[in-house]
Amino acid sequence: MDNQTSVKIKAQDVNFFYGKHQALKNIKLDVLANQVTAIIGPSGCGKSTFIRLLNRMNELVSNTVLTGRIYLDGQDIFASCVDSVEIRRRVGMVFQKPNPFPKNIFENISYALEVNGIKNKQFVEERVIESFKKAALWDEVKDRLHDSALKLSGGQQQRLCIARCLAIKPEVILFDEPCASLDPISTRKIEELILELKKDYTIAIVTHNMQQAARVSNYTGFFLLGELIEFDKTETIFKSPKDQRTEDYITGRFG
Amino acid sequence: MTKIKERIIKGIFTILAFASLIFLVGIIIVLFREALPIFKKIKVFEFIFGKFWYPTYDPAEFGILPLILASIWVSTGAMLICVPLGVGSALYLNELASPGQKAILKPLVEILASIPSIVYGFFGMAILAPFLQNLFHLSIGLCAFTAGLTLGIMATPVVCSIAEDALSYVPRSFREASFAVGANRWQTLIKVVIPAAGSGISTAIILGMSRAIGETMTVLMVAGGAAVIPKSFFDPVRPMTAAIAAEMGEAPMGSDHYHALFAIALILFLVTFIFNVIAEVVSRKYRIKLGLSG
Repeated sequence: MDNQTSVKIKAQDVNFFYGKHQALKNIKLDVLANQVTAIIGPSGCGKSTFIRLLNRMNELVSNTVLTGRIYLDGQDIFASCVDSVEIRRRVGMVFQKPNPFPKNIFENISYALEVNGIKNKQFVEERVIESFKKAALWDEVKDRLHDSALKLSGGQQQRLCIARCLAIKPEVILFDEPCASLDPISTRKIEELILELKKDYTIAIVTHNMQQAARVSNYTGFFLLGELIEFDKTETIFKSPKDQRTEDYITGRFG
Repeated sequence: MTKIKERIIKGIFTILAFASLIFLVGIIIVLFREALPIFKKIKVFEFIFGKFWYPTYDPAEFGILPLILASIWVSTGAMLICVPLGVGSALYLNELASPGQKAILKPLVEILASIPSIVYGFFGMAILAPFLQNLFHLSIGLCAFTAGLTLGIMATPVVCSIAEDALSYVPRSFREASFAVGANRWQTLIKVVIPAAGSGISTAIILGMSRAIGETMTVLMVAGGAAVIPKSFFDPVRPMTAAIAAEMGEAPMGSDHYHALFAIALILFLVTFIFNVIAEVVSRKYRIKLGLSG
């Protein structure tokens, strides 16, 4: 890997257990700044589990054990002095299923600002508009900001969730299979958006869609049964994988 | 052969399904038939807002305002106890309790809900009333306050259990969405979880309320029984249910008194019916808002 790009998130010897089941085994992986890092692998390989560690979302599930370290800009995010709320402000997340709040379209974004102590009405309004524009949703919602967000289509809801994530200006955005429940056209819009966003953000995306990984990412990691089998530039992974298992997976022999 | 069998089975289940409807209609018919004669002698308005309940005097007076007020006072007292306690414990169970604690506490709450009302009555009469009498230097411990307190304790598990169910139905994705934008636990609870569970929580409160209003045995034992317009929380009172239960035995069948008691029952029925309809409407409205179902 070239030396100019700095490491944004570093996972070091990460093991993760749900009860007695080991979901991640000795994961070592670097997410580089201002790059799109894709994580691929068959269902149940631990890819979602892994990405949810990066903003401490795993803490919402009880009876789990984590060993190893995850660093964000060199800071251990699980250190006892670190506040998970602070981490989540810097590392935003877009989920598998669009999850807008049962509030109106405007409030869905302003909520993100409000909980972060931003109350100035004019500022909030400007930031909401800016976020919608960045998420390529503004033209579709500008006339219906007070409609329920649940009335939007799935693809629009997902872009709303991206706008919500952008509103608090995170440094990293994690996408956990963001297109899993979307149709091809909505999927394309989200992918275009990710390509647009990578100019300003560090992005990690979990996907079971290999073409998607090939289209949007610079680096790709292949997970299998909780292990990181191979991690390299996306081109290398897809054109000349070193591990037989990676090759089998991307050529569609299993998964 | 199988076709006939299937038809018979279908018929049996259809009858079973409609049984509750038949009972409901039957009860409504009986209530109206037995209650209406009293309104030939006394106007509905005078019946509801009459200040004196002297059913056995001559001439008898059938004003149920004291009974209605007693019911309102006692239910209000009960609400003041069971809403904060019930909703509060539901929030604790859902948000803060460890899985181990929850595994113990939730069944306990449900056991509390299954204790027969007469046991609560005993508890109120034997423990609470003397205690309150000493505490507040009352002339009598059996009063609206004691009844409200006992009913409140009784309705708490109902409120708690339903409200907790409502909270646990809030999709996890809402919480995740909130945490993901840097909200803390408190903000997530107040601004996302509680509004999302709002319908269930209000249903819980309304059902708790209709339980409190309709409860008979407990108030009969601890409310004190005086059919006089209450002036303070510490006056003995006779709520509507207690009046029916206490007097039905002495009212000659077919007498004015008898019909008047049925009229009270009819009013009670209408009140709890309205509460239930409100609960249903509220929960349906929110379910649509949450996009859970039409």
